[in-house]
Amino acid sequence: MAEVSVENSIEPGRKGNAVSRFVWTYVFATDHKVIGLQFLFSSLIWFFVGGFLALAVRWQLAWPWSDMPIFGHMLFAESGGQMSPGFYNMLFTMHATIMIFFVIIPILAGAFGNYLIPLMVGAEDMAFPRLNMMSYWFMWPAFGCIILSFFMPEYGASAGWTSYPPLSVFQGDAQSLWLLAMVFVGISSMMGSINYLTTIIQMRAPGMTMFRLPMTVWGMFITAIMQAFALPVLTAALLMQLSDRMLMTGFFLPENIAVNNGVATSGGGQVLLWQHLFWFYSHPAVYIMILPAMGMVSDIISCFSRKPLFGYRPMVYSITSIAGLGFIVWGHHMFISGMNHTLAMSFMVSTMLIALPSGIKVFNWIGTLWGGKLQLTTPMLFCVGFVSMFVIGGLSGIVMSAPPVDIVIHDTYYIVAHLHYVLFASSVLGVLGAIYFWFPKMFGRMMNEKLGKIHFLLTFIFLNGTFFPMHFLSRMPRRVADPYIYEGLKDLLPLNQFMTICAIGMGLTQLIFVANFFGSMFFGPKAGRNPWNANTLEWTTVSPPPHGNFDVQPIVRRGPYEYSHPETERDFFPQTESS
Amino acid sequence: MNRFWSVLFLLVPILGIASVLMAMYGVTPLESAWLPKSLSQAGDTIDQLFNGIHLLAAFILAGTVFTIGWALWRFGDRGNSNEKARYVTHNTKLEITWTVIPALILVFLAFFQMKSWAENKMDRPTVTVDGVSTFKAPMVMVKAKRFGWEFYYAGDDGIVETQDDIFVENLLVLPAGEEIVLQLESRDVIHSFYVPELRLKQDIVPGMTQFVWFNAREEKEIEIMCTELCGWGHYMMKADLNFVSRAQFDAWIEEQKAAYSPEFKNVVEPSASLGELKKLHSPQLSKVSKSLLEINN
Ligand code: HEM
Ligand SMILES: [Cu+2]
Ligand SMILES: [Cu+2]
Repeated sequence: MAEVSVENSIEPGRKGNAVSRFVWTYVFATDHKVIGLQFLFSSLIWFFVGGFLALAVRWQLAWPWSDMPIFGHMLFAESGGQMSPGFYNMLFTMHATIMIFFVIIPILAGAFGNYLIPLMVGAEDMAFPRLNMMSYWFMWPAFGCIILSFFMPEYGASAGWTSYPPLSVFQGDAQSLWLLAMVFVGISSMMGSINYLTTIIQMRAPGMTMFRLPMTVWGMFITAIMQAFALPVLTAALLMQLSDRMLMTGFFLPENIAVNNGVATSGGGQVLLWQHLFWFYSHPAVYIMILPAMGMVSDIISCFSRKPLFGYRPMVYSITSIAGLGFIVWGHHMFISGMNHTLAMSFMVSTMLIALPSGIKVFNWIGTLWGGKLQLTTPMLFCVGFVSMFVIGGLSGIVMSAPPVDIVIHDTYYIVAHLHYVLFASSVLGVLGAIYFWFPKMFGRMMNEKLGKIHFLLTFIFLNGTFFPMHFLSRMPRRVADPYIYEGLKDLLPLNQFMTICAIGMGLTQLIFVANFFGSMFFGPKAGRNPWNANTLEWTTVSPPPHGNFDVQPIVRRGPYEYSHPETERDFFPQTESS
Repeated sequence: MNRFWSVLFLLVPILGIASVLMAMYGVTPLESAWLPKSLSQAGDTIDQLFNGIHLLAAFILAGTVFTIGWALWRFGDRGNSNEKARYVTHNTKLEITWTVIPALILVFLAFFQMKSWAENKMDRPTVTVDGVSTFKAPMVMVKAKRFGWEFYYAGDDGIVETQDDIFVENLLVLPAGEEIVLQLESRDVIHSFYVPELRLKQDIVPGMTQFVWFNAREEKEIEIMCTELCGWGHYMMKADLNFVSRAQFDAWIEEQKAAYSPEFKNVVEPSASLGELKKLHSPQLSKVSKSLLEINN
């Protein structure tokens, strides 16, 4: 790799006036860091859209059919501001869709994967910079489809993020837009994952062996493999559903199905086939939504414990086995679906097994903390929060993986509790921690610690207030606009109101983060190259790194976790430093 | 300040476990938060598993998150001292221990609950007639539809889906203290038959026939919920389920028979194939697609 000087930070060969330079640098960027930031900003914007939808869902559950503030009167003037039940279905469908496909996956793989992989392996960019640019721009047709779907008569897809046929096949046009959007997201992820795999395999700096890679890169690597194997199945299933809707094929429709007294189909298809195909992708996808976060959390915890990551190799092996097992557990979403009941037993055993590597990771994080010289900075607090919340999510996972118990809790609020503990309380806390940690590298300035800690404290309290009580609602079905129609659920109203109030608090708390983020971007104290005294390669270059990343070719001499090595004076030992 | 964070994390298992125990043992204000009282033997077994696995989970939660809080307490203050962190990269013995013990627990759990699953979902009740054992016939055929429940009682011949079936909508009356088999089918999309008190849930898939069975020990009025999203009216897809004594049940069935003339019709059973659908006149086709749209809102 040739030496790259800072002047080259504008793409080589791009001349012309300021506007065209801006467009080529920031819009049609091929620099992995700019693409990473593009993913970061679009995901954060969608995060707020998804959050609003969630608050509307909570509003309905706490004060059913009452006037929805602000939006109610805009959308439902004729009914005096109260939402319709169909609108409620749209809300939770679009909430989940946006949070999963537009926020967590793109922010983990797209933003942090793009930003960190080349820096951490010591490469000047991704293996295929143009493919990388395409992978971002393929998100936009998806954004467009989803935005358009909000203007359809039914205000958006409303068959749930799982989109089970036959219901989804008989939805309005918003469902077709939803399917198209998912196809585009899939293409984008696919291009990203091929790029990540190639970069990690081919472009590591001299001396960077696979077992000297930081856990972040390992997390991204395994995630990319899972995406590459699982996405084709999802894409096929989405196109099949689309053709069921548009071409009347009937892949997922049985004979003689009657909807609204008179619609019939050619039939001959299998309703459960969709569920198998969907979960064959979507179970791996739930790990796609957490393995990169686990990687980043491992790096951050080790750095702020000033201590090597406990059991680095077992950590690598456990994420590898999570990836492997992740492909044979999809049936745990289908225990009650009518799938062969004997088959449920084998899915139960594999699901129990997948809890094991997850547990090992938790023990290793605790092992890292133990005996450390802990620095409880904001990113560290978020990461410790991640670990303790992941314990809760993993444990409720074990509870549900027992099929007899799942008879009761399947499709109830218990599931909602589980998935928010793993996705919000774990993945999102991990992402926030990672933003606080790498912000200095991305923007060259430090974020405000005090605001960060307040942000953590309030988020942590409110998220538990919102999601923990959901564990007690295993008799309240999810996706129900008005649970109080059931006599047996009427007494749950106060609990639901409590959760909604906490959710609103949690939403407001995020404004502190927004203020901190933009405030620090312009007014934060300047960060040097290595404000946290960390070991990995990205901290050896300037902040923010120039196009081409490193001023000298990094030569890697050791693993990423040599903190407090007894033979060094300082308590860190960068990967490139000669001993 | 570090102590503050340590206390915050220590509060997680304390409050979490306390509230789970309160719910489990019915302590105010969470006395009604856990599941309603079980109505069947099979439900009791599920409850034991449910509570047992939760207690195990609470134990693990306490162990791990307490350790986190404690680590923060003990090692959080060393930030400013000159002391260095311990340089430990791994500990094979410890790691083998914390792999093998959870593995054993999980394998035990896996095998331990198989029996309950079989009881609920696999061992369909049988009857022995003349030394030949056959599946017990369903007493009621349940047809789920957007957004309600149709119940077809077997009638005098004891077989569902015959001319003498007795049709009741959104109300299921059954005798308590008897083993009852229901046959579940759907008219349109996927629905799910959930009765929390019986710890019973089964998705009803169009194109498939499902069976569920239970034995309620008490006379009680409860509800059937739909737990699979089936469209805009999903939230109101409920039916009443009344368990009554055998005598009351017989009297009730007689009443229904009298009220309901035996002209059992297959309410709507259109079966146009794709070809037939194409043969439809175009105005009709557009009506069809309109009705497709209506489903949404
Ligand atoms: C210890 C590991 C885990 C186990 C044993 C486990 C087990 C399960 C089971 C059995 C279900 C299905 C419950 C049902 O629908 O009846 C489920 C649902 C779910 N899990 Fe996990 N899980 C684990 C970890 C995770 C992680 C790490 C994530 C994501 C980061 C995750 C995300 C989800 C989601 C999103 C659902 C709900 C999907 C839906 O129906 O909408 N789980 N989990
Ligand atoms: Cu899963
Ligand atoms: Cu329903």
